[in-house]
Formats: sequence, structure tokens, C-alpha cells
Amino acid sequence: MGYPHKPHAKETVVLSKHFGDADARTYKGWVKRGGYEMLAQALTMEPARVIDIVKESGLRGRGGAGFPTGLKWSFMPKEKKKPHYLCVNADESEPGTFKDREIMRWTPHALLEGTAIAAHAIQAEVVYIYIRGEFTEPWAVMQRALAEATAAGVFGAIKLHLHRGAGAYICGEETALMNSIEGKRGNPRIKPPFPAAAGVFGMPTTINNVETLAAVPLILKKGAAWYKGLSLASPKSTGTKLFSVCGHVQKPGNYEVTMGFPLKDLLYDLCGGIPPGRTLKACIPGGSSVPILNREETESCLLDYEGVVEKGSMLGSGGVIVFDDSTDMVYQIMRLARFYAHESCAQCTQCREGTAWTTKILERILAGQGKTADLDLLLDLAENMTGKTICVLSDSCAAPVVSGIKKFKKEFEDYIAGRRKPVMVA
Amino acid sequence: MPDELVTLTIDGVPVSVPKGTLVIEAAKQAGVLVPHYCYHPGLPVAGLCRMCLVDIEKAPKLQIACATQVAEGMVVRTQSPQAKSGRMGVLELLLINHPLDCPICDQAGECELQDFTFQEGRPATRYSPDYAKRFNPVEDFGPDVLYVPNRCILCTRCVRFMEDVAKEPVLNVSERGDRAYIGIHSEGRLDHPWAGNVVDLCPVGSLLSKDFLHKARAWELDKAASICTGCSQGCNVTLDTRENVVVRVRPRPNLEVNRYFICDHGRMNYRWMNRGDRIEAPLVRRGGGSELHATDWDEAFDVVASRLRGAGGKAVALVSPKASTEALYFARELFRGLEWSGAFQVVMGEEAPLAGVPNLALRAERAPNGRGAELLGYSRDYAAAVAAAETASVVLVLDEPDIAVRTAGALIYVGTVLPERARDAQAVLPIANVAEEEGTFVNRDGRVQRYFQAKSAPGMARPAWWVFSELVATLGGGGGGGGGGGGHVGTAAEAFDRLAASVEAFRGLSYPQLGFAGAAAPAVAVPA
Repeated sequence: MGYPHKPHAKETVVLSKHFGDADARTYKGWVKRGGYEMLAQALTMEPARVIDIVKESGLRGRGGAGFPTGLKWSFMPKEKKKPHYLCVNADESEPGTFKDREIMRWTPHALLEGTAIAAHAIQAEVVYIYIRGEFTEPWAVMQRALAEATAAGVFGAIKLHLHRGAGAYICGEETALMNSIEGKRGNPRIKPPFPAAAGVFGMPTTINNVETLAAVPLILKKGAAWYKGLSLASPKSTGTKLFSVCGHVQKPGNYEVTMGFPLKDLLYDLCGGIPPGRTLKACIPGGSSVPILNREETESCLLDYEGVVEKGSMLGSGGVIVFDDSTDMVYQIMRLARFYAHESCAQCTQCREGTAWTTKILERILAGQGKTADLDLLLDLAENMTGKTICVLSDSCAAPVVSGIKKFKKEFEDYIAGRRKPVMVA
Repeated sequence: MPDELVTLTIDGVPVSVPKGTLVIEAAKQAGVLVPHYCYHPGLPVAGLCRMCLVDIEKAPKLQIACATQVAEGMVVRTQSPQAKSGRMGVLELLLINHPLDCPICDQAGECELQDFTFQEGRPATRYSPDYAKRFNPVEDFGPDVLYVPNRCILCTRCVRFMEDVAKEPVLNVSERGDRAYIGIHSEGRLDHPWAGNVVDLCPVGSLLSKDFLHKARAWELDKAASICTGCSQGCNVTLDTRENVVVRVRPRPNLEVNRYFICDHGRMNYRWMNRGDRIEAPLVRRGGGSELHATDWDEAFDVVASRLRGAGGKAVALVSPKASTEALYFARELFRGLEWSGAFQVVMGEEAPLAGVPNLALRAERAPNGRGAELLGYSRDYAAAVAAAETASVVLVLDEPDIAVRTAGALIYVGTVLPERARDAQAVLPIANVAEEEGTFVNRDGRVQRYFQAKSAPGMARPAWWVFSELVATLGGGGGGGGGGGGHVGTAAEAFDRLAASVEAFRGLSYPQLGFAGAAAPAVAVPA
């Protein structure tokens, strides 16, 4: 449901069914709505069977990478020789993304139930739910929910801990998150080893996104076939997805649609379209880290993993940022670059220095002091920042720069040629 | 079973290396140095500077050679256009905030940022003068270490050394993004007994030794392989000299002894090598007079030989455990046929282990060759030897300035400097110090290690092994008219070979075989 808006007829309300329903936040209210039945059932099942059902459902990671969830779980050692851990990535920090926040605010028990089922599936006895530090309300809701459910004894031998982040975007990267849990600086780790071999505290670990886990009880309840059937386009993308829409639409909010739903319908029908008198200019479909789509690409894009890639971008986290024709694209791209420059962990040279330099070049262009060679320099820097570092923060900074220059070159050239008034002071 | 071997090709050169070897190490065997900063074989892999990007066939993107393990049939190209451009990109970004103050930087000439930029960097900047460079003031990190953040490339070698090797994590990376710098614990100091290694580990001029500050440009230095005299560990070091003056001691890698490190005690233990108050000529007492007269070696040898020939009864040698094994051997040969006893004393201090490396410590025993002296029959009972000296007919003191000896017999002093009490000697023979000669030490574990000459000895001073071997020759093979292996010895190699041929503990070792890394003495049993 497009909370705070009423559900739209074109939505497929599954995860967001109870958004806005305060009673569903309580343990009793959740049980009344059928909650924790699937956990009780899963705990009696062979872990491998749970993994198989999730594999069959086609569920893929909702944090951004879209990796098949069941397959990820199956990477954990079958024969348990060391303690297994499950980490829940609730460090939702991707600019433009606010879906996990709503799941935690309204249906904390859906997350806890899915988490416990996953822990059982991968034979983890300890779970860390790493919640973004700025999420004060979700934190309080999750604390209350965990206390209630733990008191009710629904988790069996599984121990769940909430861990609060301290405000670093990079801690949403899975290995940085693990370092942070361990009390270390939140730096991404070089891989291999992958988390399933050596994750948190060096033990086999699986890490999943909030939205991914919240879907798991429903998959068990309604069956893998039902979930798999929720697919409008590519059969490789199944289920529903929450899209956080912000920017220049009349009704920004979270909307839940079936995989393969047209982006155009999301923007024009569900979100009420672009503000009056304006037209669509561009859209970032999957959180700030993915390439920008222009109007034509946006209006022909299908929202699933394959559909967005076909348009040259990525589904990412489902954070949809909409720009109308009043938008200064150069300024927007500078703001994104500045964000990444601020959040770089400082390990890799390309990221530490490249994100900052990229920002400086963009700021100079906006100050009316850009040079003709700057665009080539930006692209060359972006090339240098892509695919060469430990994690993808650097790539994420480069993506909007490259797509922005490619698709909105004239706006850059107008600043450089002095045809547009500077908006910044050098 | 020995390690399973993996064969791969690096820049067209096939190499076979043990399974699990990192590409960057395999490349060294193929004669290829992959440029790198954060990687250091003595530290955990960080994989963050991204300088060692290489092209690996079938890999979807460039890989870092420092964190990629070899695989059978792997084809690595360090010089492909993609790899070179990837590394050039890293170099450009490392330099944008670098002050380029090479003309006043201590590291210039031995700076990996200079070297690799010269090798494969961009000829001109695309950053300056349009944008300001990052600035942070110089920080005082510890007794001998300065941090110049503007030159720092954040490779974190220093952080990892303190955390994982010294196990005293006082350094970290503070802040993030391009504001990051190396931070020090608010209540901490970089005063760990092994902290100085961060200066050597720093690939640029960011961590500097206050002791070496502005002493020399790297290209003015001559280097000689040596062994630290600071304790019985026997760390391999390099003595850096400028115009015949030792100006710096740095670790020389030896995986069996000190890996890549030395302690600060050893690092600072060199000033005495440059002492100016040296004995520069042999001194003898003529015809029972009270004055010492400077003379040539021939007269000096005659004076000493006549004393030894005439001697009956006991002879005592009080020797320094900083003397070479060869000198200690020939000093003993001198008394062949006499009732002989020899002893040495060792200054003791606090033991300071390097926690992350097994069997590596600044040892309590502050002498490099106590074990060698023991293997040659010298005793640790110094007091007994001093007492015996009172009634001895000949007392030889080898470079022990702290001589508390009283004797009715003839005192022969062989040393680098002339302590007051040595003026009572019948003869004073000037010798070279460790920096001025070649020789060997035997470390506490029985490892025989060579040291090489770093500077020239003053005046007529000669290596002690030469002085004693000449005396042995003058005596016709040994004191007291006894027989023994006489004959002149011209080189340290000959001296060692004579020793190895006649002392059981060293049998089978040859000087060339010791090389730069040394070898274990075959005999482990120390004579009581």
C-alpha cells in the first residue's frame, strides 16, 4: 500500500498489507493476523526443505544485488562445524530508499518471523539485526516487538540481537556491516573469503535484507508456486517489490507492485503523476547508486531485475527518484557525488580520492568555472572508479556521473560555456 | 609431503610456486615487481591501495595481485593496457593531494611513490593548480616518529603493524573519505619498543625518524649488510653510511631471525660506531718505561710476542661478547700451550618481545656474540677470571673498556678506544669496530651470521682477528712455544675457514655458504 496513501487498485498488497495498522505492530495483534504460525511450522521442518521452498519461489535479494535468496542460504556449510550467524541488513541508507523503514515501523513481527525462519534454514543460533542509527522510530518499534516475541518464546533456541548503526552509509555494505557488529571500523572486507565461509567473527554467516526476509513467512504460507506466479514480465523476477518513490510526483510514498510492473504506471497512476504543468525529465529507478534513466527509458521500463538492466540501469533497492523538467541535473549529480565523497570509507584510493575530486569538478562547473576538458576528465575518472575497488561505493558514485553526462550533456555544456548562470560559488 | 606446486605464467614467464601463494609473490619469482603500497609480506593483506592491479586471463575485471591466490594455468599480465591504465589511475589519485615536496622530503630517493610514478605514472597533473590540496599539520607520534599527513597515502601499513604485529593498536585511520588521516590514540604514544618499524614500513615520507631527520639524502648513502649488536637475537640489519659515518640502522629481512623488523634499541645503537676518540696506532711500553709509545705493527707484535714467549703459568683473556667469532678464536689460539682461561661479561637489560612474531625479542642479554664466545670455550664466570688475572702472567683484554683488572703479570689491551686503566698495559693494539670489519656472530639460537664492512677503520686499526692471527703467526703457531695452526690470514673468509676447520662446533660450515642469511652451527652443545 502506498502508505500514507490508500492502496491503489494496481498494487499487489502483500508485504505492505498492514502498513498503517497500529495493532499489527503488537505481538498479540500479529498473532491474531496469523503471525508466527509459519515460524512454528518451519522450526519443525528440515532446514534444507525450507531452503528448497525459498529457492523454488524465485525470491531474490531486495537489498540491491538481487542474488537468489535460497541459493545464498545453500552456500552455508551443510555440516555445521562452527557457529552459524545470520545478519539482517536493516541499515537502509541508500538515498531515495525508505521501504525497510516502513516494514520495521509497521510490521516488525513479519521481519522477526522471516528472520527466525531464515536462521533455522541456515542453522544459525545467533542473529544480528543491524538497524540504521538514524531510524529512531523503527528502532523503538523493533525493540518492543523483539521483547514481546522473545517473551512469548517463539524463537526457540535462536537468539536475536538488535544492533544500532552509528550513521555510516558504508555500514550497509555487508562486510562493513559485519566489521561494525564486531566493534571495528566499518570498512568493507576484501573477498574472498565470502561471508558464508568467514563472515561475522570469522564464522559462516548469511546476510539478508529486511524486505527479503519479511517475504519469507508469506512464501511458506502461500507456497513457492504462488510467489513464483507473481511475475508480470521476466520469470527470473518473482514476487512483489516495494518501491519508495520520491521527488517530483504528486503522491510520493511506498508502493508494492508485482515484479515486472511498468515504471510508467507506477509514476503516473499510483503516484498521481508529475506535478501539474511539469513534465518528466529523468528517473533513478533503484536508489542513488544506479545509472539515471531519461524520460523515454523511464516510460518504457519494466520494474524487475531484467527489465531495468535492459534500460541500462538496475533495480537496486527500489528507491525511485523522479526528476521533472525543472531539475538541474548537473546540480543533482553533484549532490550525489558529494554524498559518496562524504561516505567513502577511505580504504581504496580510487574511491577516497576519486569521489572527492569528482565532486570538486562538478562544483566548479556549477560555479561557472568549468572547462571543456572537464567532461572527459569526469568520464575518465569514472572509468578509473569502476570495477577496481573492494566494494561498489566508488562505482556508485561513477554511475550517475557517467549516465548523467551521457544523457544530459547539454546541461553540463551550458554551464561550461557560460550559457547558464552559475548556482554555486567556487 | 612438500607443498603442492601450481604452475602459472606471469608476463610470459612460467613459474611454479606452492599452492596458496599470492600472485604478487609469484611475480617476484618471475622477476616481475608488481607496483604496490599497502601490501607488505610481513603484514596481513589489506588489499586497499589497489596499486597492484593486474590483468588475469578469464577474470571479468582487473584483480589485485596482493590478494589473489595463484591457480593452475593462470595467465597474468602486468603490462596489458588495461592493467597499466588501472595503475596509472591509482597513481594519479595518490598524487592529487600529495604535496610533491620531494626536494625537502627524507624519503626522496627511496620513495615508492616516486619510483612507481616515475615508472608508470602520468607525466602531468590534471588536478593542480585548479584545486587546493588537503592540508594537515605534522604530528609528533612518539619518541622517534613524526607523522607528515600531507604525504600520507593511507596504505595503513603502520596501523596494521601496530595492531597485528606489535599488538599495541595505538594507530588507526581517523575520519573517512578524502579527509582521512592516520590517527593516534588520544592517550597513546608511538613508544612501543618496536615502534620504529613503522618508519621503514611507510612507503612514502609520511612517517619519519627524528633521529635520521635531514641527515642525508638517500642517494648519498652507502649500504652494508650487518648484524645488530644490540642483543643476542642477531637481527639482520643494514648499516647506512654517509662519508664514512654510520647514520642509520635499518632491518634487513631474514625470515629465520627477525623477519622484516628490528627493535628501537637496536635501531638507535650505532652512535658509538662513529666515536672520534679512537686508538689509531699500536702503543707499546719500551724497556720497562712508564710511557706508552706509538709505533708500527711490527714492533707491537714483537713486544707482545716476547711477553707471551716468556710467560709461564696462567694466562687470562677477558673478552667482549661484541668481538667477532674469528677474533675470539685467534685470541684463544694465542695461548695454545699455556694454562688458559677466558671469560666474558654480558650487560643485561629488559626483554622486549615483538608479540606478533614468534621467537623475536630484544633479548635481556645485550650482546651479539655471547653464544660464539661460549662455543669457543669462554666462560660466563667473569668474576672468577678477573680474580685469576691477579696472579696470571699474561692478561689479555679484548675491547672491554670497563676493565677492573689488577694483575702482577703483563697486561695486553686490544681495543677500539683507550680507557684509563688500559694505560697500564705493556701493549695497546688498535682494532676496528663492527662497522669497520668483516666477521661473524653466533646468535642465541646458534645461528652463525656474517656482517660486512660499512666504513673504514681509523688510522692503523685493524680487525681483531687479523691482529690475533698475526700474533699467532709471529709466535710461530701459538704462545708458550706450542704448535698449532699458524700462518698469515688475509681475509675474514680465511679466518673463518681456519676456525671451522679446527673447532668442532663450527665444523662443516664455510664462509661463502653463510652468505647474507647465515646458517645454524652444527653443534648445539655448549661446552660447560
